[in-house]
Amino acid sequence: MMGLLWLVPLLPFIGFIILALFGKRISNRGAAAVGCASVGLSAVISMLIAADFISFNPDGRAYSQVLWTWLQVGGFRPQIGLYLDSLSLIMVLVVSFVAFFIHLYSAAYMRGDDGYSRFFAYMNLFVGSMLTLVLADNLLLLYLGWEGVGLCSYLLIGFWYRDPANIRAAVKAFIITRVGDTSMAIGLFFLFLNLGSLNIQQLLGLASRSWPIGSGMAVAGAALLLGGALGKSAQLPLQTWLPDAMAGPTPVSALIHAATMVTAGVYLIARTHVLFELAPQVQAAVAVIGAVTLLVSAASALTQVDIKRVLAYSTISQIGYMFLALGVGAWSGAIFHFMTHAFFKALLFLAAGVIITAMGGEHDIFKMGGLRKTLPLAFWAFLAGAASLAAIPFITAGFYSKDLILWSVFSSTKGGVWLWLTGLAGAFLTALYIFRVFFVVFFGQMKAIPLRKRETLFIIPLVVLAVFSVIAGFVDLPGWMGAERFTGFISTSLPLTQTLPVGGGAEFMVDLLGAVVPLIGLLFAYLIYIRKPAFAANVVRNQAGRALNRFWLAGWGFDAAYDILLVRPFDRLSRMLRGDAIDLVYSGIAWLNRLVHLLLSGTETGRLRWYVLVLGFGGAILIGIAVLL
Amino acid sequence: MTLGLIILILIAGGVLAWALGRVNEVLARAVSLLAIFVDLILTISLLAGGEFRISGGGAFVDQLKMPWIPQLGISLHFGADGLSLLLLLLTMLLGIVSVLVSWREITERVGFFHFNLLLVLAGIAGVFTALDLFLFYFFWELMLIPMYFLIAVWGHEKRVYASIKFFIFTQAGGLLMLLSILGLFYLHGQDTGVYTFDYFSLVGTRMPYAVSFWLMLGFLAGFLVKVPAVPVHSWLPDAHTEAPTAGSVVLAGLLLKTGAYGLIRFVVPFFPDASAAFAPVGMALGVAGIIYGAVLAFGQTDMKRLIANSSISHMGFVILGIYAWNTLALQGAVIQMLCHGISTGMLFVIAGALQDRLHTREMARMGGLWDAAPALSGVALFFAMASLGLPGLGNFVAEFLVLMGTFRSDMVYSVLASTGFVLSTIYSLSFVSRVFHGRRPEGLALADLSPREGAVSLVMIALILWIGLYPQPILRVSGAALKEIELGAAGRQMAETAVPLLPEASNGAR
Repeated sequence: MMGLLWLVPLLPFIGFIILALFGKRISNRGAAAVGCASVGLSAVISMLIAADFISFNPDGRAYSQVLWTWLQVGGFRPQIGLYLDSLSLIMVLVVSFVAFFIHLYSAAYMRGDDGYSRFFAYMNLFVGSMLTLVLADNLLLLYLGWEGVGLCSYLLIGFWYRDPANIRAAVKAFIITRVGDTSMAIGLFFLFLNLGSLNIQQLLGLASRSWPIGSGMAVAGAALLLGGALGKSAQLPLQTWLPDAMAGPTPVSALIHAATMVTAGVYLIARTHVLFELAPQVQAAVAVIGAVTLLVSAASALTQVDIKRVLAYSTISQIGYMFLALGVGAWSGAIFHFMTHAFFKALLFLAAGVIITAMGGEHDIFKMGGLRKTLPLAFWAFLAGAASLAAIPFITAGFYSKDLILWSVFSSTKGGVWLWLTGLAGAFLTALYIFRVFFVVFFGQMKAIPLRKRETLFIIPLVVLAVFSVIAGFVDLPGWMGAERFTGFISTSLPLTQTLPVGGGAEFMVDLLGAVVPLIGLLFAYLIYIRKPAFAANVVRNQAGRALNRFWLAGWGFDAAYDILLVRPFDRLSRMLRGDAIDLVYSGIAWLNRLVHLLLSGTETGRLRWYVLVLGFGGAILIGIAVLL
Repeated sequence: MTLGLIILILIAGGVLAWALGRVNEVLARAVSLLAIFVDLILTISLLAGGEFRISGGGAFVDQLKMPWIPQLGISLHFGADGLSLLLLLLTMLLGIVSVLVSWREITERVGFFHFNLLLVLAGIAGVFTALDLFLFYFFWELMLIPMYFLIAVWGHEKRVYASIKFFIFTQAGGLLMLLSILGLFYLHGQDTGVYTFDYFSLVGTRMPYAVSFWLMLGFLAGFLVKVPAVPVHSWLPDAHTEAPTAGSVVLAGLLLKTGAYGLIRFVVPFFPDASAAFAPVGMALGVAGIIYGAVLAFGQTDMKRLIANSSISHMGFVILGIYAWNTLALQGAVIQMLCHGISTGMLFVIAGALQDRLHTREMARMGGLWDAAPALSGVALFFAMASLGLPGLGNFVAEFLVLMGTFRSDMVYSVLASTGFVLSTIYSLSFVSRVFHGRRPEGLALADLSPREGAVSLVMIALILWIGLYPQPILRVSGAALKEIELGAAGRQMAETAVPLLPEASNGAR
């Protein structure tokens, strides 16, 4: 079964090629069939491979498959090769599985759109690139997938290209992530020229052998890669593109901008974890960036009125948790949270899509309300997703992954109380902002009559993802509740968290707070938005409250700052240079030539008297010079 | 023999096309197409038959040497190594594209047009294969004059201005190069008593360092104008913009490459020490081109000018790669020459197709073309992605190798040049969004790709993908030639030189 690994990324690419070449000629039904089948097959094969991997390979030995040598110049010899270990296996499974259900959902969601086959073409290209990214055995191939998903993100954010706002959002996303990617590319040069290989396993081995912990080399290498991760995963200070990316169709937001692509940065850091362990300064930066990001964007999520923007800020914030986990060495916590997040955030987006469709394209949560009765499917799905996101204890997947992260942050040798408190505050805000949306949208007054459409293709993905949002957490229960299966499985590719000894009392307190804080957030949301709806309005009426609200709504002013500091100066510069300043020099020479020509030709008057006069003067001057000298 | 034949076929085809053009235009086009196609086959046969290995002086296949003006030591000496052959292949490919895109666009003086086109191609083919400096200069001038006509006769609104500017810039550079060639000729004659223009004889000419530096500057004047390097680039946007589509394709795809070819073939081998000393300046010129060209490109409102300025940026990578002077960077530079030829050539084809249909190049008057012409837009998107260096496409391989090689030689230049990744994203996306995305102006209609344009696009897309995913065959062909040049130049460096040409030779095994 393992031998079929190459088919996993290839099948979606084939789907893309078919759709790109013949998209115009096949029916919409055909396009959806090609799009779903290619990804579905890929998901089936990856499950078979997973079964194979787990049952016949108890020590989790990695499997690699080299397809061909990409290029060979001097000693540079990257290959088109795949590498499957427990880490990439989890990624492949989650990506292909979630992607398949989102494709199914899209088949109904995009119905009637005149770019139907183009949509599936881009989506397939995305899945192929994403699978390449996670399976790549070397950083250059990973980079290919990395840029490929960036391209698809651009194409799909700007899918409805007739609206200039969508295109602006798409271009913004591409450019900002490219800034990070450039840092990553420089990282690749740096790593290759200092270690002599881009094969990830070789490179990590060489690095740990030749670089001492904390060495400048390791710090530089890890920091450069981190730049790429920050861009792709929308972490501070490169996070501003993600909220705007919501301009794309909702399935795109679910797949690319929630479940898979934006977590590529998390994967990159986990994949190259050895480097980050060699560079404790950079790893600490990862933790701090994650912590700050999770708070900052949770605050922004609290103020958004566009349902998708709430979810976007929430995604940034949840990836912040993953970065926090990576930063304290809780590798398995980060990947665990990636997995549960993929399920519940995709679910939330898909449920939001159902709501948006039913409301005729309305995104503003305050124009919705009381949808509990009329959209029961969306209600239950959103509830499952929201509960999981908020980490409602024991019954949701999100609880187990977030609890693992919080516990690791508290107990890890690289963690600390402050980081833990940040995470805990974030947990409170998370429950608050998501149940704010939940209560506003599904309870209270009905403000518009939704159009109900019965779509089987909506029901299946929502139900499946809802189930996973609840049960996916049981694969890794906290130590005192049972088995840490997930951590055990992933430990064949990622080291365990180094923890400090923590007293039983402290452990109990940490676990208790982790369970109670989300409930408090939920309670606050209930009190504010159900019991005292006037409260929020009062806060905003207050001067300071309004300023804060506006500040958070605008994402802490990052966009405005970048606009003033970077975008406008560059725009002005290029406008100024449009005519090419250097060319002025040559135009000047040409102009001077013409001037001299005019002056000299002016002397050619044809009047004999004038000539004689000038001749006389000239002769006099010459004689004068001769005499004087 | 074959190389002589290739050039002869082009010239004969051109003359025949001119003659036939008076009778039947289609016949003129067909003859041109056939002539280039035969040459393409001949080039491929040379590539297939050649053994590209490093073998002291033997990297050249198919050498042809006949006396021409023996009194002055001038001979008809042709020869091609892997580098020449790859560029020859590109010449023929883009030649075919040029004839095909002119099929509908050029309707006046068709015969004379094809005569000029084929003569430019002959000149370019000669430049890539001449191994006698006099002969080289002859072909160098040969490409200039018909190109001037292509712009001046079949060009757009400001064609006269553009063609004269093009002529003056390249001619001024060319004359300085001629002075250097003559200087080299006399120096070699005085030193050895043998007066000859032969490449292999001149390549080891001994001379004082100061003299070599001045002579090198003469060559650089010729070559850097052609590439072009900032600040002698400003002829390019005008020439490319005003030229007819075929002219732009040949200019961007091929003419610029002759400058880069000259740097690799002549400047560094003739003046290894002076080049090593010049390398930091050369790399700086490359970086300046990358950044300045990209900023200029973004600011344009004219579609062709945007693409033209992006050429300055892309060719900056070639200059950078050449002056970084190690295997990685040089290989990258060669791949960049090929891929830039294809991708920018195709962008000009798209721009030409749009101008032909919409009668404007102003991007402000376009927008939302995807609705009307999805295939054309898809192709444009593909080549815009190639232009911004998307991995999986050939241009990425090129730029990555150049930057990585440069990183080895000088980290700072590499990091500065890497901003090109971001800047090229900015102008490429702005091109796509302004032309193909957004709302379509009222009443703007256009036909999608014709089968002829579609076929050309598919072939070129396949080529770029091939180079992007499996460039090994090309790297193998160019590798031997480059290694030969590298080792030769290093060998001729004087022992006491302060700057070794091959920095990586010291840290061995890697």
